[in-house]
Amino acid sequence: MRKIRVATVVLLGCLIALALLPLVAEKYYIQLFTKMMLMAIFAMSLDLLVGYTGLVSLGHAAFFGLAGYALAFAAPQYQAANLWLSLPLAMAGSAALALVIGALVLRTSGIYFIMVTLAFAQMVFFLFHDTKIAGGADGIYVYAKPVAAIAGWEPFSLENHTHFYFVVLLLLALVYALLRVLLASPFGRVIVGIRVNEQRMRSLGYRTFRYKLACFVLSGALAGMAGYFAAAQFGFVSPDTLGWHQSGGVLMMVILGGMGTLNGAILGAFTMMLLELGFQGLPAVGEVDIGKHWQLLMGGFIVCAVLLLPHGLLGLGRLVSPRPETGSD
Amino acid sequence: MDANTFLIQVLNGIQYGLLLFLVASGLTLILGIMGIINLAHGSFYMVGAYLAFSLSQHFGSLWLAIAGGAVLAVAIGLLLEWLLISRLYHRDHLYQVLLTYGLILVFEELRSVVFGDDVHGVAVPALLQASIPLTDTLSYPVYRLWMSAVCVALAIGMYLLIQKTRLGMIIRAGSTNREMVQSLGINIDLLYRLVFALGVALAAFAGMIAAPVASVFPGMGNQVLIVCFVVVVIGGIGSVKGAMLAAILIGLVDTFCKVLTLEIGGVAVLPEISGMMIYVLMAVVLLARPEGLFGKRG
Repeated sequence: MRKIRVATVVLLGCLIALALLPLVAEKYYIQLFTKMMLMAIFAMSLDLLVGYTGLVSLGHAAFFGLAGYALAFAAPQYQAANLWLSLPLAMAGSAALALVIGALVLRTSGIYFIMVTLAFAQMVFFLFHDTKIAGGADGIYVYAKPVAAIAGWEPFSLENHTHFYFVVLLLLALVYALLRVLLASPFGRVIVGIRVNEQRMRSLGYRTFRYKLACFVLSGALAGMAGYFAAAQFGFVSPDTLGWHQSGGVLMMVILGGMGTLNGAILGAFTMMLLELGFQGLPAVGEVDIGKHWQLLMGGFIVCAVLLLPHGLLGLGRLVSPRPETGSD
Repeated sequence: MDANTFLIQVLNGIQYGLLLFLVASGLTLILGIMGIINLAHGSFYMVGAYLAFSLSQHFGSLWLAIAGGAVLAVAIGLLLEWLLISRLYHRDHLYQVLLTYGLILVFEELRSVVFGDDVHGVAVPALLQASIPLTDTLSYPVYRLWMSAVCVALAIGMYLLIQKTRLGMIIRAGSTNREMVQSLGINIDLLYRLVFALGVALAAFAGMIAAPVASVFPGMGNQVLIVCFVVVVIGGIGSVKGAMLAAILIGLVDTFCKVLTLEIGGVAVLPEISGMMIYVLMAVVLLARPEGLFGKRG
């Protein structure tokens, strides 16, 4: 019991720290942390698949990017979209795409699943890259941030970066709570059971395909939520938003932090984004501009992390205070 | 489309398919035999192409470049397997994905540091510069025919190696039951190292012979990697025969979708969405046979 309380205290401490940040930080850092929290939501949505259901998706950016495009479509040039209308629409779009892709990819498992999710995400990539429906390879601008007006009353404005920050912080907390509740529910027990032994779950009478598909769709919708706000914040969507580097990056966040914990996904997202920033800020060594070629260090870091941190960053904490293996693993 | 254009496109499609086969066969071997999913496989294709570019400038001959490049590629493969991949056999596919994803970033950036981000060309060797005239206006380059011939020869060689030799027999046995083969006194670690190096060499070789026709550019490795995934999924993991069939199928589909024009209700469909067509093909195969055309039913 005491261990749980320690984790809760740390989490609450982080939440309070994040809530107080805008009081002390400059605009640049507020926007940076907004972006980091959005990536944390994205990473958590993938953790639901990878860490809990045991489905390693390498095409998760498709749902992230599609919602961004949905916002771009909902906001024709210089005209702002309505948040309450376009956000559900964008998430529904991502969910629908996840339903179609999920119904196909869930027919496979293991290595196949990894390759097939990547290939389908690539298909969506080419749809936006090769056709003119949304600016092609050049991408498309979201000129105005969505307006949060309900019948003329506007509770907050996303044009204000502090408001935007708090909206995203609230969403992060909500998604975290939603997933915690979901995972503690019978549904959550079933999907963890599927990861551990799908055949046993099937012989117990669970229709595992439906559970996996439900997870895939929910995960896609949540990724869409993150993608929607990322597009709103950045003001631009391009095919790279749903490209496979995005998918690989978010998978790295989940595993670096420690998958199947949610906390790990958040930690991983924050760490990766800060590392990226840190690497980009490095000075040139001789003739090689390290900051420009930061991916070299990132790649090396990923390789080392896989070899040296088998349980992710949260596993480091476990080294300090060992915890008995739980039965569900 | 008249008969001659059709013939040329068929030849192009088959040649592209055979090239894909070279890359995909390494991928499917490493997957099927060693159980390693190697995202960096496309990077080896890219490394091959850049080796062909730099070595042919250095030696003044593509032939010498290919010979030197092949040796280097085998060395890279052995080194990587020894240093990194051998630590992944007993771990989840997830970590294989990540480590090899990290390798992609490293290879891409090293390429950027060493060669910059420009597109480069490699000259076709003088010996194969001719073209075979088909009509007064159309002709087909000899180099492309030579490429196809080399790919076919390598495919046959690989088939013989795996199906007819003692080494191939051990490799096949190792893919079925690693521990059993090891307990029979066979050094399976060394065997795996060789298989991995062979896969790397195949991808790099494909990159080297493709360099004169496809040019050498950043991102070329990832492009080919994802198409090869589609090949492996359609053909079935571990099946060299399946990879061959799927590669040619994809080569033809991709080539023809790029040259055909199709309009449905006034909306141009082809070639606009030609980039998507191979994935549509994959979806269809997945619906009918989730384990691929020649995959084992799991």
